[in-house]
Amino acid sequence: MATTYRTCPRTGLQFDLDADKLMRWNAVAGVLWLLVGGITALLVILTRWPAIKLLPADQFYLILTAHGIDMLILWIIFFEMAVLYFASSTLLRCRIATPWLGWVQFWLMVVGGIMTNVAIFQGESSVMFTSYVPMQAAPHFYLGIILFAVGALIGCGVFFGTLVVAKREKTYTGSLPLVTFGAMTAAIIAVFTIASGAAILIPTFLWSVGIIKEIDAQLYRMVWWALGHSSQQINVAAHVSIWYLVAAVAFGAKPLSEKVSRFAFLLYILFLQLASAHHLLSDPGMSAEWKVLNTSYFMYFAVLASMIHGFTVPGAIEAAQRKKGFNNGLFEWLRKAPWGNPVFSGMFISLVGFGFIGGISGVVLGTEQINMLMHNTFYVPGHFHATVVVGTTLAFMAVTYLLVPTLFKREMIFPKLCQIQPYLYGLSMIVLSLVMMGAGTLGVSRRHWDMAFSGAPFQYEWPGSAYLMMGLTGIFGVIAVIGGGLWILLVVGSLLFGKKLDGGAAHDKPVPIPDQTVAAAASHTGSEEHVKVPGTVVLAITLLTCFVLYYFVNWKYLSEVWGLS
Amino acid sequence: MSAILPPSERLWWKTPISGQEWAWIGIAFVWAMIMFTMMVYWHINGKQNLSNEVYKTTTEMFTAKTEAFVKENTIRTETEQNIPVVKPNAKGEAFLLARLWAWYPILELEAGKTYKIHLSSVDYNHGFSLQPTNINIQVIPGYEHVVKMTPTKAGTYAIVCNEYCGIGHHTMLGRIYVK
Repeated sequence: MATTYRTCPRTGLQFDLDADKLMRWNAVAGVLWLLVGGITALLVILTRWPAIKLLPADQFYLILTAHGIDMLILWIIFFEMAVLYFASSTLLRCRIATPWLGWVQFWLMVVGGIMTNVAIFQGESSVMFTSYVPMQAAPHFYLGIILFAVGALIGCGVFFGTLVVAKREKTYTGSLPLVTFGAMTAAIIAVFTIASGAAILIPTFLWSVGIIKEIDAQLYRMVWWALGHSSQQINVAAHVSIWYLVAAVAFGAKPLSEKVSRFAFLLYILFLQLASAHHLLSDPGMSAEWKVLNTSYFMYFAVLASMIHGFTVPGAIEAAQRKKGFNNGLFEWLRKAPWGNPVFSGMFISLVGFGFIGGISGVVLGTEQINMLMHNTFYVPGHFHATVVVGTTLAFMAVTYLLVPTLFKREMIFPKLCQIQPYLYGLSMIVLSLVMMGAGTLGVSRRHWDMAFSGAPFQYEWPGSAYLMMGLTGIFGVIAVIGGGLWILLVVGSLLFGKKLDGGAAHDKPVPIPDQTVAAAASHTGSEEHVKVPGTVVLAITLLTCFVLYYFVNWKYLSEVWGLS
Repeated sequence: MSAILPPSERLWWKTPISGQEWAWIGIAFVWAMIMFTMMVYWHINGKQNLSNEVYKTTTEMFTAKTEAFVKENTIRTETEQNIPVVKPNAKGEAFLLARLWAWYPILELEAGKTYKIHLSSVDYNHGFSLQPTNINIQVIPGYEHVVKMTPTKAGTYAIVCNEYCGIGHHTMLGRIYVK
């Protein structure tokens, strides 16, 4: 069957129509799961808000399980499938390999996602996202996740196949674009992640139907986290790629150095796989030596990679802005950035929130001894709402403002609201993360229905400040849900009612980038000499200063607790 | 070239890295190594390190050991449920058993003394979260974790379960007295 292409007249991006449809369906499925995840988020927040305490305990744990699965797996991985197809077929201007397998990916993920949700909402599978054995869920809870994972694996296969097609059919010259390289990093990590998932979830499924008698609880935690955390590393690789993409499209920015950025992605491939280790720092089954070595991905090498991206992404933007003449002082390039463009504002809040809040808290949390201050407290979800939500989800939201016109051929409705949305969502989520971490620092537990311990044989009264933090969590959580709901309304509204745009005429051969488009403009702004980026240096030093101070403050806290040896 | 296009320089790996990037990579690397060293340093000079002493156990074995310990060392009982309050034995050893949904028994310790607390669960994963001092340790069935603890201050401490363990999770509150 002949492949048909269209070239978007506004951006110059070329879409294989098969890939085009796959991307749209995957993105829409992701958004629908985000809607389910958002509703469950609201219910979780309104229950943990001590003044409201909406749901009874059983419903709370059920809804919390659904929230974790629907957000961390379903929304994000559906959207990532769209990102993978975009980064391969669209950016390499080639046909997508085996589109029918793409549909197998899509439907397996749909069936798996629904199956797991059915299991959860039937009420017999309130085992949380982590489903630690020996707590047991219904068999179709595990089976659904397995089917979903097989789907995702096939999606990665289609992505790799498309890279081969592009190379063989010579649709590009030289090396892969950096964004595609980053997406490839995500796909490689995904393969590892899914293999780990199979290694633990298939036995667990067999255990749930009675074929296997017992699974070691510690072993489960170790292998499960190679799925659970590594899947978040897919997100990191994907959203860092999107940062580079937005920098390229919104500014025509080129990476400061291809070598440095690619090396940083390579560090992700080499070391992010050890992510399961930092979930086990307060576990009995591993030795201190093992914990220290593997902490935060083998001696912090993956942290180093994120710190590099945290420099090179804003650095690339600064360099592009300075070439355009925004050269006054340290920060004119940043002040004169298009803050009214949600593609940029969303991406930049994602970058800063991920680095300053998610990154620093993650490394501190992942320090062997300091982990004992925070393990399983509310600090943990505080940390990952700064990474996965401010980092990944907000980056995906930002890039969607770009994709709706070019991929879905619709104009965004209510442009003023679109401008506000990244601020509303991003900033409230940043505050939410901070107050959650505050509550966790005071000891408040995660995944806990009642901080008043009603029905317990004793009483324990949390400090008043802990209640204050939980109240603020409620307030900012609700604002964040409104910000997320606004995004869903704007996107779905635009897809249904937005002004239809010209998608470009169909043609049956891939073509080079047309002149006078965003993509082409990007290709002409590059120059090889180094541009000084003093503003980025200042930002980076600020990050490091916060990092160092916060890191040692926590050692100070640790030195004040009971002696442990 | 732009991040969404192939690099304009075919041999991009031969283009030199600018000084400012090298400097940042260097700083970040040094910081990573400092953080790494800090954990090792704390093992040598710090007073808060999680014990490595762990034994495989079973529900029956750990229950039996805990019962024997409680039987020998109970000093009184508390609450309507007659929960035993137990002092560690002469060797400073104590057992703390996590189950649905209780920490058993109540321990009575003395400030400044060092105890060996044997921690395990007989059913699901549980979380030992000592409040308000805020120490958090994962408790896993099948693993007997011997943690050396030195209370610093007298008072009544709560053990919150902070690993989700089912519908009664929020009622799983234990107690440690420090005299």
